[in-house]
Order: sequence, then C-alpha cells, then structure tokens
Amino acid sequence: MKDRFNLYRLASPATFYPFAGTMIPYFAAVSAVFGMAGLYLGMLVAPTDFQQGEGYRIIFIHVPASWMSMFIYLVMAFWAAIGLAFNTRLSGMMAQALAPTGALMAFLSLWTGALWGKPMWGAWWVWDARLTSELILLFLYIGYMALTAAIDDARRADKAGGLLLLVGVINVPIIYFSVKWWNTLHQGSSINMAKSSMATTMLWGMLLMAMCFWMYSIAVALMRVRTIMLERERHTDWVKARLAGDEK
Amino acid sequence: MIYWHSFADFIAMGGYAGYVWGSFGVTALIMLIEPILVSRNRKSTIARLRRQLRAETRNTAE
Amino acid sequence: MLKIVMAVITRDLKLAMRRQADIVSALFFFIIVVSLFPLGVGPEPDLLRKLAPGVLWVAALLATMLSLPRLFADDHRDGTLEQLALAPYPLGLVVTGKVIAHWLVSGLPLALIAPVLGIQFDLSADALLVLTLAILLGTPALSGIGAIGAALTLGLRGGGVLLSLLVLPLYIPVLIFGAGAVDATVTGLGGEGHLSLLAALTFASIGFAPWASAAALKIALE
Repeated sequence: MKDRFNLYRLASPATFYPFAGTMIPYFAAVSAVFGMAGLYLGMLVAPTDFQQGEGYRIIFIHVPASWMSMFIYLVMAFWAAIGLAFNTRLSGMMAQALAPTGALMAFLSLWTGALWGKPMWGAWWVWDARLTSELILLFLYIGYMALTAAIDDARRADKAGGLLLLVGVINVPIIYFSVKWWNTLHQGSSINMAKSSMATTMLWGMLLMAMCFWMYSIAVALMRVRTIMLERERHTDWVKARLAGDEK
Repeated sequence: MIYWHSFADFIAMGGYAGYVWGSFGVTALIMLIEPILVSRNRKSTIARLRRQLRAETRNTAE
Repeated sequence: MLKIVMAVITRDLKLAMRRQADIVSALFFFIIVVSLFPLGVGPEPDLLRKLAPGVLWVAALLATMLSLPRLFADDHRDGTLEQLALAPYPLGLVVTGKVIAHWLVSGLPLALIAPVLGIQFDLSADALLVLTLAILLGTPALSGIGAIGAALTLGLRGGGVLLSLLVLPLYIPVLIFGAGAVDATVTGLGGEGHLSLLAALTFASIGFAPWASAAALKIALE
C-alpha cells in the first residue's frame, strides 16, 4: 500500500469530501477547547482594565471577530486567485463556503464594536476609520454573495465571484487608507483604541479566543463546502454512490 | 487566581453587564445557529438529491 | 492600438447620439437629486455650503450607476460583443474605448453642469472651480470601476440593483477624495492633495479596470 499523502489528489472533490468529513469534528473540538481556555482566562482570570472597567472584556470577542472577518476575505481572495490561475474546481467552492461565515464575523465585529463603543465613547456608532472599513468589508461580502447567488451556472459563478474578490482585495487597502485620511481630516485622532500596556493574561485570552474563532470558521466552512460539493457534483459516480449509501 | 469575588460580581461586570453579555450572548447565539442552519441545509440537500436520483433511475429503468 | 480605441470611441459615441434621451435623463436625475437636498435639510446657506461636496458627489455616483447596465448589454444582445471578443486584438483595448466613451457621455456632462448646481449651494468661485476639476478627474475612475461591475453582471436577472451593490462600495475612495477636495477648498485648506490623489485613482483604474472587465466579459461569454 503506497497511499502517499498527495496534495493534487486531495484537490479533487471525491477525495476531499471524506477528508473534510473526518476533519470537521477535530476542528470543532479544538475550537471548543480554545474557546473554553480563552473564556476562562479572559472572563475569569484577567484583571480589570483601569481605564475602561469591565466593559473592556468585549475585546475578547470583538478583536477575534474583526481579525477573522479580514482574514477570511484574504483566504477567499487566495482561493479565487488559485481558481482563476489553475482552473481548479475546489477553489470556487471553498470561497463560496467561506463567504457567509466571513460576513457573520464582520457583523459580529460591528455588533460588539457598537456595544463596546456605547460605554467607552458614549455612542453606539462613531465614524471611526476601523469601524467604517469593517462596515465596507461587510458590504463587500454581501456583494460577493449576491453576485454568486445571481449566477445559475456554477462555473461562471466561481469565476465571476473570484474576479470580484480579486478586485475587492486590491481595493481594500485603498479603501482603508482613504477612510483613514477622511477620518483624520474630519475629527482628528480623538479616538485611540490601541493599548500598548496590555496585561499578559489579556493578550493570551485574546489569542486563545482568536484561535477558537479560527478553528470554528474552518469547521463551519468545511461543513458548508461538503454540501456544495454534493450539489455541484450530483451527476458524478462518487456522489451517487454516497447518496445510495447512508450519507447523513 | 480567579479575579471575581462572587458570582453576582461576575454577572454584574462592574456595571457593564448589558454591554458585555449582549456581545457574548449574540456571538454565542450566532456560533450556535450557524452550524445548525448549515447542517439543516445539508440534510435537505441530501434528501432532495436522493429524490432526484431515484426519479432518474426509475426513468432509465422504464 | 490607439486606432482600435479611437474606433470604439467613435462608434459608441455615434450610438449614444442616437439615444440622446438617455444622456439627458441621467443628467436630469443628477440635477433633481441635488435639488432635493435643500428641500430636505432647509435653506440655511452655512449648512448647504457644508453639505454641497458630499451631496453633489453622491448624486454623481448614483447618476453614473444609471447608465452602467447599458454599457455592454446592447452589444451583448446583438452579438457584437462576441465578435469583439474573438477579434485578433485584445479585448481590454476595446473596453478602454468603451469606458472612455461612457465617460464622455455620462461623466463629462456632470462636470459641466456641476458648477451651476454648486451655485444653488452658495459655493464660492474657488470651490466651484475645484468641484468641476474634481468631477472631471474623478468620473473616469467611476466609469472604469463601473465597467468591471457591468461586465460581471452581464445578462443576469436583477442586474441593475446587483451592479450597484457591487460597485458602490468600490466607489468610496473616489467619493472621499472628490468630496474632500471641495470640502478642503471651502474650509481654506486647499484641495491640491485630494485632487492629485483623485488623479492617481483615475489613472490606476483606467489602466487596470478595462483588463479586469475584459476578463469578466470572457467569463460571461463562455
């Protein structure tokens, strides 16, 4: 038996499908472990922040959600580039499976940002450069999902969506820069979220939560991509064999 | 080791309870509902594809 | 190369001249939207001067959106687009020509009418000049980025709304620097920095967007 681990073989949906299936519980379990450790450190052990009081504890989900929303968009753009360059079937499916999770992360980032901003800045929403960019990122996710949903042909949806992602990813730094410029012109740098003197426990709590969010996103995206695969490849033998079996 | 003196202290979050638990609650809700929705969508997709497959094999058998 | 671009421009301009009503409608849309704002927020000159750059620019973005769905749709319907895609010269050049033609019939009229509308908002002569310059410099970028969206949504149901969903977020930098130039002039800071950034955006998008649109068109035509 020379069944070596082969990346090219893994890129074919028939091989990736069962592989994803076995990996999902592991990612979910690891995410839960990181989540519990992060919550323990962040919510129970970490001391209070002397400037912000206990309200600062929102960063343990706000920052990971913001990171994930940006990171998932980059990963989607990476898959889009692979898909357009090598014409692989899997890449488009991965990008589409990631998009709803990315959009939810952007939403969570805005939601927790608002709940953090109210006690800290006295307003649910301020036109801060970061919040504004996050909102625009949410718009980009929605645009991508609307475009891929509007195209019936799966191959065209993948390619058109991929192109939009690449255009978007080039634009994200320009948008961020322009929003930042606009922000400093209009209200000066009155808001300073950066805290250089962060306690080590806080930092660890945040990193653990970020790992939890990361693993969670992978697990959910793999769940979603499996459904997309069955749908897309319904005329192939491997899907028919699975459907004839006891696929749940 | 634990920072809080009592459970009530923990719940009160130094007066920020609404904001902190509002954030964590909605996040937990979303992270619970999203996988449920995804797996429900998966089950309905599988059921639909099975029906289609059965209809196709019946047609070719006739 | 230049010949191809020129040929596409003259052809598209001729076609546009047969449909002058479309150009005029988009222009009136711009005028009406801008004129609605004082009715909504009240006639205080100080407030209007403050609002003018943003209002004029947002209206310009929306007016540009109106004509975008038609950019490739007509050529797609009568099969010209397939012919152009199969032609021996790069499709990106053809799209460059179409983008320039689109700007000549949609962006340029906006820039010409904008100073008149600026007077409604009590802008100074300096601000009016910068406003015109900013719209002249910025609208080509709108046509270029819009072409990508138009190519991606070619032939889709609900294409028009979808197009604005895709393109409007990408217009934000143009809006910020365009409105910022006028705003900086009004407040006496000088708008040169904004104008040069706007010009950079326009050059980048005119150079890059037609090729991305050409790739999107090829995907749509497959």
